[in-house]
Amino acid sequence: MTRFVAGRLLESLVVLLVMSFVIYGLIGLMPGDPIDEMIAANPKLTSDDIQRLKALYGLDKPLLERYGNWLVAALQGDFGFSRIHARPATEVLMPRLVNTLILMGAATALALAIALPLGIMAAWKPNSAFDYGVNLFCFAGISVPPFWLALLAIILFSVKLGWLPAGGMATVGEGIEGAGGFMDRLTHMILPVGTLALLTAGGFIRFIRASMIQVLRQDFIRTAKAKGVGPARLLFGHALRNAVLPFITVLALSFGSLFSGALITETMFSWLGVGKMIFDSVLGNDFNLALVGLLFATLMTLIGNIIADVAYAWVDPRITDAPERARA
Amino acid sequence: MTAPSLTFATESPARRMWRRFLRHKLAVASALFLIVLAVIAWAAPMSEHLLGFDAERVDLLARMAPPSLAHPLGTDELGRDLFLRLSYGGQVSMAVAMAAALGSAVIGTLFGLLAGYFGGRLDSILMRLTDGVISLPLLPLLIVLAAIDLEKLGLSAEMAASENAALYRIVVIIALVGWTTVARLVRAETLALKNREFVRAAVALGGSSARIIARHILPNAVSPIIVATTLSVGNIILLESVLSFLGMGIQPPIASWGNMLTNAQDLIWTAPALAFWPGMLIFATVIAFNFLGDGLQDALDPRALN
Repeated sequence: MTRFVAGRLLESLVVLLVMSFVIYGLIGLMPGDPIDEMIAANPKLTSDDIQRLKALYGLDKPLLERYGNWLVAALQGDFGFSRIHARPATEVLMPRLVNTLILMGAATALALAIALPLGIMAAWKPNSAFDYGVNLFCFAGISVPPFWLALLAIILFSVKLGWLPAGGMATVGEGIEGAGGFMDRLTHMILPVGTLALLTAGGFIRFIRASMIQVLRQDFIRTAKAKGVGPARLLFGHALRNAVLPFITVLALSFGSLFSGALITETMFSWLGVGKMIFDSVLGNDFNLALVGLLFATLMTLIGNIIADVAYAWVDPRITDAPERARA
Repeated sequence: MTAPSLTFATESPARRMWRRFLRHKLAVASALFLIVLAVIAWAAPMSEHLLGFDAERVDLLARMAPPSLAHPLGTDELGRDLFLRLSYGGQVSMAVAMAAALGSAVIGTLFGLLAGYFGGRLDSILMRLTDGVISLPLLPLLIVLAAIDLEKLGLSAEMAASENAALYRIVVIIALVGWTTVARLVRAETLALKNREFVRAAVALGGSSARIIARHILPNAVSPIIVATTLSVGNIILLESVLSFLGMGIQPPIASWGNMLTNAQDLIWTAPALAFWPGMLIFATVIAFNFLGDGLQDALDPRALN
């Protein structure tokens, strides 16, 4: 087991390193470079100045050398300055990271609260009218354009009904303190969290339903039924426990798509998270910030994958014995 | 599954698939819906003729007009006819998605065949690559890919700035990240087929690898490719709409369902109705492709049923 975990960690480290190079290269291909921004800010720069600035920032060097320098600095925690925020990029990143984790955590919890009962009940009577309805709901959740769902939510709850704020993280300029401030933040969370949860729940339900149906077919369930175990105990006591184990993997693996969903939700509701930060920094030619944001997004998904693998191996010891992981 | 009866044995495989597909009512309805939608979208020039103006005609006196005989679905914030713009947007959204899905399918099939058939080191390299791409945060990466400067890649300035560059760019970047599902499915299928008698017989008879892959393995791996590609069309329409909505995909004046919603967001307080149709069409099209893929799966690949 320890070897397995160590192997996965090492592998992820290699992937992260490769990805850091790819991302570094891609950011370098974005329009303009830092010198262009300086030229725009100061038209008096001569071509000699530009050459000197390029040498100063190392932009005249080949890609590999620039990447090497960046990597050495990055490993020491120096990711450069953000152009838009005029602060070290990591300083901008950290609070954003917290906000994104709050959004994603709350949305996942809500999605689970929706998906578990619906998935279980759909599996109890497959092909019933209820199952059919749940299935439609899943397809809708998977197929709806995320930004459109957010738009509809804003139109309904903010424009028409006026119940909830259309965006932001707290009421601007009010400076509400204490319990009132907490409630204010909470009302700002409802729409983004609800939207992201609806987008996520469909996939969860489909997995829980399939997994439950598989478990309910097994012999021990039949035995329990024959012994006279009631439906509630059968579903929640016997079946759910076995069905939910592989779901841990799905949950951890859904991190990447959850992050993509969070990016859209954050952008639509002006929620100050990493996704919106990446989008804004790409639009604003803030190379360092875009780089660090993408890198952390990749790091988070990789951590999600490791958790998935380790949790799966922990739940099912056969995995660590097999040299190759089973692939669907 | 019903037990196979004698009549089934005389039925051709194609007929059996067709019968199984027809049983899937939602999939049949979705196929019909998509056909109608495509016909309407590609009949846009005819609609222009019938309505008597073209999709780009700006009519500032009839901005945000409600539906009427002259404008079946009303007009947008510049007084352009919504129905015509939706038709042209549909052409773009559907064509881009199908091209990107096809591109993904080709890359994925190639990787899957190579990894599955040759195995060994090639397999582990290709599968690590697949795992790597799957583990990436897709949307942020696509945003960066959509923002890169094509001139820095050596394209001429006019090519990089041309209207169609944005179309091709979207197709290419989505195909570059979208091939993983097909690659895994084809690899699994190839692994299974490689040890079947007919393939081993072909090997024993001295068939070259290329011939065996092309004649014996690929034709038998076609079902999962078709299913996965159909399902991915829906997904790609979503991705394209998100990118276009964010201003990183299809650029105006070319209409796409996604970029038609960009302005709608600024207008939700004055004209919330404008946000309805483009989003509804994306939603309906994507869900139809998903139902269709589901039905095709039941028809082509009954073993995969739960």
